[in-house]
Amino acid sequence: MAGSPIVVVGAGQGGMQAAASLRDAGFDGPVTLVGAEPQPPYDRPPLSKQYLNGEVDAAALALRTPAFYQNQDIDLRVDTRVAGIDRANAAVVLDSGARLPYERLILATGSIPRRLPVPGADHPGVLVLRTLAQARVLRDRLAAPRRVVVIGAGFTGLEVAAAARSAGHEVTVIEALDRVLARAVSVPVSEHVTRLHRGRGVDIRFGRQVEAIEGEADGPLRAVRLAGGESVPADLVVVGIGVVPDTALAAEAGLAVANGVVVDAYLRTSDPAIHAIGDCALFPSPFADDPLRLESVQNAVDQAKCAAEFIAKDGLAARPYSAVPWFWTDQYSDKLQIAGITTGHDRTELAGDPEQGRFSVHCFRGERLVGVESINRPAEHIKARRQLAAAGTLAGAV
Amino acid sequence: MPQITYVRTDGTSDTVEVPVGTSVMRGAVREGVAGIVAECGGAGMCGTCHIFLPEEQRLARGIAPIHPLEDEVLETTSCPRRENSRLGCQLAVTERCDGLAVDLPEHQVLP
Repeated sequence: MAGSPIVVVGAGQGGMQAAASLRDAGFDGPVTLVGAEPQPPYDRPPLSKQYLNGEVDAAALALRTPAFYQNQDIDLRVDTRVAGIDRANAAVVLDSGARLPYERLILATGSIPRRLPVPGADHPGVLVLRTLAQARVLRDRLAAPRRVVVIGAGFTGLEVAAAARSAGHEVTVIEALDRVLARAVSVPVSEHVTRLHRGRGVDIRFGRQVEAIEGEADGPLRAVRLAGGESVPADLVVVGIGVVPDTALAAEAGLAVANGVVVDAYLRTSDPAIHAIGDCALFPSPFADDPLRLESVQNAVDQAKCAAEFIAKDGLAARPYSAVPWFWTDQYSDKLQIAGITTGHDRTELAGDPEQGRFSVHCFRGERLVGVESINRPAEHIKARRQLAAAGTLAGAV
Repeated sequence: MPQITYVRTDGTSDTVEVPVGTSVMRGAVREGVAGIVAECGGAGMCGTCHIFLPEEQRLARGIAPIHPLEDEVLETTSCPRRENSRLGCQLAVTERCDGLAVDLPEHQVLP
């Protein structure tokens, strides 16, 4: 396919990996990587961890050096917004009006933080964390002592809570459900993470709905008001109630979209010239009964490699996407690692000792091991990934 | 900026500049150096930035000794660990790393 241009929209972890992997797979035609953010692709997970607590600075987050893109002949366009996809003429139309013709297009548009639908949520003291620019603002605000209220006990919210608490701020976490990480992990792991936070002095309140955020229109925040009248004083609010896939371009272009851009086992959208990967893609997986959409570095990187190989080889001997999903989060000095998809399990087996802070929860649905969650047991996690990969391959072959 | 050399088993090597505050793993990955995979991006949980670091080099460069969790991950590497095995992501780069040379294993993931 020499000479046929490939355009990648979205210069996050997935987009960058797709461009790099096209070269690894021997593709020598033009590759353009378009990103809306002002800086070259960077490592996002540290934004809520080492970047927030000041261990690393922004320069250290770059995934590749400028020289890498030059050497690999990847035309990286940062600070560049895409206005639309002209499928009839196979071109990406930029905000500037410029057109990038494509033979193949890869959508790696990622996800957007879900907004809190309550009065006051647009107050400047209410932050979300997704981009480096947003992390910079949060880090600056945390330079002075604050009463921080985190809304949502998901991964990002809890990582922010851990960083803020470690820096000495007063931290309250408000969660609508009855446990932390409720959609992501089993009860024993939830309980462990809750103990960690409470042990450090984080005030976690479950089963609470936020009704409003109160503050002066042009002044400081005052409080987060909860349903039932309870009020939590706050100088800074961080909303971490999940993300939604960025499907706007795909939907406007008439591609099939549900909770994500719908793709097949080869990560092709309803238009076979267009692939979608990473946070924005809704894909079939041997590790789940229903189509999955995952928000993780692993998913972005492995899907990028899969799509790049498919494109570079023009679909010859193509392999369906079948990587084992895995994920990690740092909570203080504890490491939580998840292999497989544990949601929807109906039985768990515990290995190790939660009291010692080192244990794994093996999650089963029926007789089938669907995933393993580990606290401070990395070897167990790696073993589980290999075990699930072997079982997945077997399931695919049957 | 400190320069670090990554030596592969076939004798080829790359010498690159690595910013202080990053890691021996990141220094290789950001330049696209072959032989380091770093599947997990530096969380110390995948064992695919396995390198060999001679103990005298470690001491000379003031690099921290192995952490128990790193030690555990090294038990799972695709090339068997040796006495001087480390995870590149756990080795913080300082000015003292200038001129450091590390050896890479034959592979980082099972072929």
